[in-house]
Amino acid sequence: MKLEKEGLLNTIITGVGGQGNVVASQIFASAAVRDGFYVSVGETYGAAQRGGAVMSHVRLSRETQYGSLTPEGRAHVIVGFEPVECLRTVGGFGNKKTRVIVNPRPVYPIDVLSGASKYPAVEEVLKAIKELVYSIHMVEATELAKKAGDPIMQNVVMVGCLAGSGFAPVKVETLKEVVKETFAKKRPEANLKAFELGVEQIRRKKPL
Amino acid sequence: MSHFEIDEPGKRVLLMGNEAIARGALEAGVDFCSGYPGNPASEILEALARAAKKSDFHVEWSVNEIVALETAGAAASTGLRALTAMKNLGADVCADFLMTVNLSGTRGGFVLVTGDDPSAHSTTSELDTRNYARLADVPLLEPATTQEAKDMTKWAFDLSQELGVICMVRTVTRISHSRGVVTLGPLDRDKRSAEFSSQDLWTSGSSTIECMFHSILHEKLKRAQEKFEESKFNWYVGKENADFIIITSGTGWLYSLEAVKLLGLENEVGILKLGTTWPLPEKLVASHLKHAKEVLFVEETDPFLEQNMKILAAELASEGVGPIRFYGKKSNHVRGEFGAGTGELNVDVVIRALTEIGKAAYLSREKGYSEKAEKLLGSYVPARSMGFCAGCPHRASFWAIKKAAKWDGRDAIVTGDIGCYSLGMLPTGFSVSKTLHCMGAGIGTANGFGNLREFGLDKPVIAIAGDSTFYHACMPALVNARWNGSNILFVVLDNNTTAMTGHQPHPGTGVNALGDSSPRILIEDICEAIGAEVRICDPFDLEKSVQNLYELLQNEGVKVMIFRHECPLAFPKEKKARVYVDQDKCLGEECGCVKFCTRVFGCPGNIWDYEKGKAKIDEVMCNGCGLCAKICPAGAIIVEEVT
Repeated sequence: MKLEKEGLLNTIITGVGGQGNVVASQIFASAAVRDGFYVSVGETYGAAQRGGAVMSHVRLSRETQYGSLTPEGRAHVIVGFEPVECLRTVGGFGNKKTRVIVNPRPVYPIDVLSGASKYPAVEEVLKAIKELVYSIHMVEATELAKKAGDPIMQNVVMVGCLAGSGFAPVKVETLKEVVKETFAKKRPEANLKAFELGVEQIRRKKPL
Repeated sequence: MSHFEIDEPGKRVLLMGNEAIARGALEAGVDFCSGYPGNPASEILEALARAAKKSDFHVEWSVNEIVALETAGAAASTGLRALTAMKNLGADVCADFLMTVNLSGTRGGFVLVTGDDPSAHSTTSELDTRNYARLADVPLLEPATTQEAKDMTKWAFDLSQELGVICMVRTVTRISHSRGVVTLGPLDRDKRSAEFSSQDLWTSGSSTIECMFHSILHEKLKRAQEKFEESKFNWYVGKENADFIIITSGTGWLYSLEAVKLLGLENEVGILKLGTTWPLPEKLVASHLKHAKEVLFVEETDPFLEQNMKILAAELASEGVGPIRFYGKKSNHVRGEFGAGTGELNVDVVIRALTEIGKAAYLSREKGYSEKAEKLLGSYVPARSMGFCAGCPHRASFWAIKKAAKWDGRDAIVTGDIGCYSLGMLPTGFSVSKTLHCMGAGIGTANGFGNLREFGLDKPVIAIAGDSTFYHACMPALVNARWNGSNILFVVLDNNTTAMTGHQPHPGTGVNALGDSSPRILIEDICEAIGAEVRICDPFDLEKSVQNLYELLQNEGVKVMIFRHECPLAFPKEKKARVYVDQDKCLGEECGCVKFCTRVFGCPGNIWDYEKGKAKIDEVMCNGCGLCAKICPAGAIIVEEVT
């Protein structure tokens, strides 16, 4: 992804409270600062601990600081930790040039558990996303995280995917460094493994 | 991972807005910090507490916002530099002191940071605290970027100290909870000493003395205004002497800049960005109103700049300013989903205003895209309501309250309060609570509901509050209930932390803001001293919990039920029990319970296995509390303790 054209790259990481959205955006943004970018990150915390939808906007520029929210339809990259949340974000911020990486594992809303609404078939959701964007990569990040030692690390796998995808002009090495620092005291090897599995996976995968 | 406390002037680091404010305080050499947790302001004190662990200054979580402002005010009156941080509604709590300490003044720099929450992402009101600056006649600064959040906080101390009056810094969610690149300045490590002698008087006075102090305050404000005329936080960009100008503050600055760029209006429109918004730098503003024929105001929540500038424009009319056409909240051009003056700003709000005024045309995406997206979202995207986390003890508590109220059968009134358990109004809390206002209003209003027997309202009244809220705002109402004979059952949900705002300590946790051990002030001791009948129970012991509640509901007077179980997010278990469904035992859709575990219970760990038509546990989500095993009528949910 060339940043120079618009002078700006908008990435949105989207998911559900408890999935580690904030940590993921912080890793990505810190690495971008280290690579010399102006970075703005906008996050919605209110519902973060209570199963609500969560979004982090990470905006990189070589020239100037931007506001922390991406305007409608102006996301270049969307990283979805959850399929339905990914579609929700694509609907608001995607366009025909947006690239998407998505973890297909559903986190069921309480409204679905209660029977008040239905959770669609994941294939249908992915198809809908595909209709709205340039490309979509599906990565079984929770399964890969299990391989690395704990399903909770799906967020680190997804950061690895973003790094390996080449969609953002942040160096894989820089991201790796930041992952190491972030988890220096918290299962460093497992988290690094999760990151590397993500990098590897996205490089092997073709878009849907 | 944060670098907010490193001593490397000139280094560019990524900081959260709240960390930048904390950094500004460190660069100003703050001596004394206080606050009460509340989003979006909580991380300011948390960051300062981390720094205070390594360095020699005071940081405390106070019991509530007015005590916080009073402790900091006292420190500032002795010549120290003091900061108090709180959310928007905290400003209401401390307003009583603010409206007098503005008059009594300060010797050291004294800064009040208020975090507003346009769109009410994490609070119960969009209250715009800028109005307090005008009400209290104190200077107000509004950062527009993370960098300014740092720089303004630092400058607010100098300004406050020089003028001898408290200064306010108003931040909003999109500044406080955003991250941006900040260039660090040098840290101030000068040690000040506190002085207050028998010669000193620190008071707002009364009668003629008050009027005198009031007039001195107005003089201080005039001096603030002179400084604001020259402030580096105000500037104008875009077309020189433009006919059309945007006047903006806070987040509105970058949104306006981007909107103008996206619409290609850079050579047509001017933007006056203000960082010092009360008192207005009138000369600076006048110099731009003089060339404007049209003005658009872009600001968060209330038409604060808009109204104050319209007054100024009226005053300037005799000097040849105007007529000017004003756009903003009053004209309904700047509006959220629910109308002008509601909802937060963003680039699209500014774009819509500019296009509706007729400055440009704009399509965010190719024709038909948004309609198509909307249709797909409508078909595939279910709502995602908030709910209690897996393993949350509140789910058990609300279940017990629901059950006990049903046993009681007299249609109990349940009043709610502020915290994670505010969700007790929603299906996740079985829609048990029926009221929600501000901190302490649950038991406060219960006092009223519980004293209406003579007016024909004779129902049991149950008030709910969390542990941190208990200390913050419930004690006076509890005393009142006992004094005035209200018949209420007060349920305290004690999870040993201030969970909603990110797990800060409170007077019952036995630790202070720095994490050091502190005296533990027990809720039961306070309630017993007031003369209430007190019982304590682990809500996960469902049967005992319901029994206790039921019995208390039959008794007259003030009763307190403390449900005590630690928040599993704040105190994660090292080994979680494994919970699973024995699908041979689960009767599935045939069971008379009609999917009770998923339909009613609503824990994210309880899911439905559509292939087999049976209940299932999502072991990634499950926290191992085992509560669902207690409510499954078929006994199909198995809890396997891990040793």
